[in-house]
Amino acid sequence: MIIVLAVLFAVSILTPVLYTWWGRRTFYVLAGVLGAAFLWTFRYLPEVIPAEQSARIGSPNAPPAEVISWIPQLGVELAFRMDALALVMSMLITGVGAAVMLYCARYFPPAERGAGPFAAQLFAFAASMLGLVLSDDLVMLFIFWELTTVLSFLLIGYSAHRIFARRSAIQALVVTTFGGLIMLVGLLWIGELAGSYRLSDILASSSELNGTAVDAAMVLILIGAVSKSALVPFHFWLPAAMAAPTPVSAYLHAAAMVKAGIYLVARFAPGFHDTAFWLPLVLGLGLLTMLIGAYRALRQTDIKLVLAYGTVSQLGFLIMVNGLGTEDAALAGIAMLLAHGLFKAALFMVVGIIDHKTGTRDLRVLSGIGAAQRPLLIVSIIAVASMAGLPPLFGFVAKEVVFESFYGYAEIHGLWGWLVLGGVVLASALTVAYSARFLWGAFATKRHPAEHPAAGAALPPTKFHGRPDAVFIAAPAVLAAATVVFAMTTQPLQYVIEPFASMFEPADPEVEPTYLALWHGLTPVLALSALTWAIGLGLFWLRGRDGRSLRAIPAALDAERNYRASIRSLDDFAAWVTSKTQRGSLGWYLFIIMAVATGVPAGVVAFTGHTVPGHIILAEGPMQLVLGVLIIAGGLGAVWAPKRFMAVLMVSLCGWGIAGQFALQGAPDLALTLLLVESIILVVFVLALRTLPAGIWTQNPTRFRLGRALLGAGFGLVIMIAAAIAMDRRVAEPVSVEYPWMSYDVGHGTNIVNVTLVDIRVWDTFGEITVLAAAATGVASLIFVKRRDVQRRQLHEVPTGSVGRVLSDKALSPRQAKEIQVARSFATVAREAWLVAGRTLAPEHRSIIFEVVTRLMFHAIILLSVYLLLAGHNTPGGGFAGGLLAGLAFVLRYLAGGRYELEAAIPFSAGALMGWGLAVACFTGLTPLIFGGQAFQSFVVDLQLPILGEHHLVSSVLFDVGVYLVVIGLIVDVLRSLGSEIDVRSEQEHRQDSTLGHSIHSQTSLGVAR
Amino acid sequence: MTVNLTLLVVMGAMLAIGIYLILERSLTRVLLGIILISNGVNLLILQTSGRAGESPIVRDGLDSGDYLDPLPQALLLTAIVIAFAMVALLLALIYRSWVLARQDEVTDDEEDRRVATTIGARDPEEDDDVSTETSEFIDAVDPATGTTRTVSPAERNSESDAPTIEDLHQAGES
Repeated sequence: MIIVLAVLFAVSILTPVLYTWWGRRTFYVLAGVLGAAFLWTFRYLPEVIPAEQSARIGSPNAPPAEVISWIPQLGVELAFRMDALALVMSMLITGVGAAVMLYCARYFPPAERGAGPFAAQLFAFAASMLGLVLSDDLVMLFIFWELTTVLSFLLIGYSAHRIFARRSAIQALVVTTFGGLIMLVGLLWIGELAGSYRLSDILASSSELNGTAVDAAMVLILIGAVSKSALVPFHFWLPAAMAAPTPVSAYLHAAAMVKAGIYLVARFAPGFHDTAFWLPLVLGLGLLTMLIGAYRALRQTDIKLVLAYGTVSQLGFLIMVNGLGTEDAALAGIAMLLAHGLFKAALFMVVGIIDHKTGTRDLRVLSGIGAAQRPLLIVSIIAVASMAGLPPLFGFVAKEVVFESFYGYAEIHGLWGWLVLGGVVLASALTVAYSARFLWGAFATKRHPAEHPAAGAALPPTKFHGRPDAVFIAAPAVLAAATVVFAMTTQPLQYVIEPFASMFEPADPEVEPTYLALWHGLTPVLALSALTWAIGLGLFWLRGRDGRSLRAIPAALDAERNYRASIRSLDDFAAWVTSKTQRGSLGWYLFIIMAVATGVPAGVVAFTGHTVPGHIILAEGPMQLVLGVLIIAGGLGAVWAPKRFMAVLMVSLCGWGIAGQFALQGAPDLALTLLLVESIILVVFVLALRTLPAGIWTQNPTRFRLGRALLGAGFGLVIMIAAAIAMDRRVAEPVSVEYPWMSYDVGHGTNIVNVTLVDIRVWDTFGEITVLAAAATGVASLIFVKRRDVQRRQLHEVPTGSVGRVLSDKALSPRQAKEIQVARSFATVAREAWLVAGRTLAPEHRSIIFEVVTRLMFHAIILLSVYLLLAGHNTPGGGFAGGLLAGLAFVLRYLAGGRYELEAAIPFSAGALMGWGLAVACFTGLTPLIFGGQAFQSFVVDLQLPILGEHHLVSSVLFDVGVYLVVIGLIVDVLRSLGSEIDVRSEQEHRQDSTLGHSIHSQTSLGVAR
Repeated sequence: MTVNLTLLVVMGAMLAIGIYLILERSLTRVLLGIILISNGVNLLILQTSGRAGESPIVRDGLDSGDYLDPLPQALLLTAIVIAFAMVALLLALIYRSWVLARQDEVTDDEEDRRVATTIGARDPEEDDDVSTETSEFIDAVDPATGTTRTVSPAERNSESDAPTIEDLHQAGES
């Protein structure tokens, strides 16, 4: 079974490709595949029929099953089981499916391109439907159930350019998914109650399952069935779904998908038809649907809608008889289900042919088709007669046993039973009437209505373009023939359905179970049938030939209007909630998030008892207090500062203060690194924001100061309290008590922090330097946009004093202009000796002191950084601190000598530096693997070098070299992006501005002093 | 474990001021707020190592409890450098926003604001009256242009003349 399902889905996936090769001939292939699947179902006959239908999987004489464990933790498995009910359904699905595919091969025009995906969807539907009836696992059942829903949505919306098709598709999807979700709750509930999601297990243990919970779960499952099978109050989606191409209507909305709800009822009926709400729901809604559907079918003017409302009516009928829960009813229910599938699919196909050939389905326009199209008429008469329940057709056979089972039920249950029987007989009479109306509407020669000028005269015959060829008419003909054959020889069907029916108790144990036959003798049931024919034909004669449209029904009872109103109010409610909570202000969203992050922990702290921590010290020493005051002052200063760079300085003050705290606590590595980082951040901030206005102003100043201040204070307070409580309660030993000896004996280093970074927790660090490389690339791509490391001019090509030259004096104050004059007068002084590219800077930007200092310090700083790198394993330092220090040296070169100086100082691509750094780190990790160790395992190499003496090299130092390179690459990348590239861009803009005159740039933070 | 009140208060102040700043509209102040928050979190992590101790350089004669817990320090070192990378990225973002839009502030999300206007608004897809269709074949999508046009039943049923998919393929290739 699993293989067949997999093959079917695979064929569906291949179908669009096949369609581009073969066009609509692909449908022959699909019909062939489904035909083969139809034959495959026969293979199971000898196994399934004699089996014990309700036996659990694995017990002797159980129906064939296949189980593959899928999610054992949740009890979900790919369980498929072929029992008598599944077998009958499989035959219907594959048999009618093959006929529909054949029909499609003529239905679509040869050049229709959209039909490729359509064919795939229709075929996938067949596979899903087969999966649905074979599933023995509730979750699988639900998955296939929803698959059919989604495919139905796609197929109804085939003509997506028509608003009616789109709306109908969405409506069908919403209604059936709504029911499906409710059903899912019921399925999971009953699965939990039974302790198994296996359908056969649940049914086998149904006698132990009772109580309100089971009753309620069954109601939920029935809601799913009712929505899928288009029963009142969900019936409106099915007539609207007639926007689908007719093959879809024939297959999904007559023969197969809408039967899924009936199948579910039939599946659960053996175990659960005696739950509290089952019969009231099934009989009440079923009868109501049957009457409403039949009545409305009688008033339609579109022959496809006559059939659609007829289907609604028949579905009500089917759910009643399948849900009744007696042996006779089960036999009758399945027989009726088959009969309906055969005649209704055939009739839809006839409608499709008429629509295809005449271009209309309006019975007020159609006239004289029957006289011209004899084969079509014959097929239709057979199918319609079967629908009306006339002998000698299968519809009659099925309806006889249905009446008989209701009659038997009424004899036992008295008044209610007779009322149900009366309702069914009335609805069946209406069925006869609308059947006649369909035949009359589609084929008869009609006369003009009374209000027409030519009243009484015959309508001209509708033009029928071409004859439907043999293939087109073959599909409905085969189905119509089947209704005749099954009526003549009822034995095979009796043989197939009986095992399922035998799972039920008979209504009256003393009465012999009924059987399928054309002739049961002169029984009361036959009289009822005759009564329906008489009433039905009378109704047709009186009311059925009315061409006027249906009168509007009261708004409160119009299910579709109610549906649209409720969807409308749901939309409005959603929009209202969104407009109240999502007002568009990102700050407000953040405020809400922070308020929750404050309120929830505050609530937890408030409602759980806590004592004041016992061990509190004010500070480790007076210095810590002083620094603390400094840090808080810096933070408040950042809030106060009206100018951008003042604020940045204030924040840097905080950073430096915290570095001091680190040092006081005993963390020299942290203090060193943080000091370096703060210095670089300060420079980078200035570089990045120099083109922005100096003052921090916004067009929309943020209101709500007090609220923000309170929230900030509250958040800080809550975290303080939480941290104090957590620290007070800490009982566990830190894992790091093992670190000192590990770092010395395993990591071969005495600086525990550094060994932690490059050895104990090296994977963390490796991840971090990757993040650094990614961030650097992000910065570069935001600034360069196209590519970083743009090829610059060679140094000797750059004219002296050209970089950053002030071109226009107009925007300057007289004093600034004078200063520039003085500075330029020094331009002749030769001082290339200090910096390589110093001469390229405009004289007004040069500083001799800065150049000299840079010249003196650069090499010393680089040496120090290498020392920090190499010695970091044993003393404070390491790759991060070393890299940051080296980066600072390059910052110095850039600031003193401009962008050409930076290029001269480090003539490599920043990307290459980081790439090499990552490669070195990788290499350190991989090398031990080659020698049979673990990734990143440290090893020691002792070297005896001349002059330098004995050396003790630890491999993890090499990893630190990788870190060092990545950090340098990061800083150089940031300098080239936020430094050099912004220089270039500002100079270009200045050049444009000097021709355009005054601009916003003359007000930038650094003014002309860049 | 002992609670160091100074560090605790400084951490709280950093977080409080940081939250105040990131709720502003000015991107620069938001960035400063983020830096202050990361400072506060750094102090929180520092406090988890307990009271001040010896710097974690292994020396003889010291018990492992004498050192300042090295694990939070390793975490902090990583956090400090990552914070730098993040600040650089945000600065680049602010610069970009300035170059493109000449503004460095958080603007309102217009799409979100527009939601309010949809309450009760007419949606043609849902609310238009659609005439009932009595045929499926009222129009057809032209495979070449993707536009719809009406097709008469006569034209549709003269299938021998209609182009097949193969013809269309050839037309496309030529």
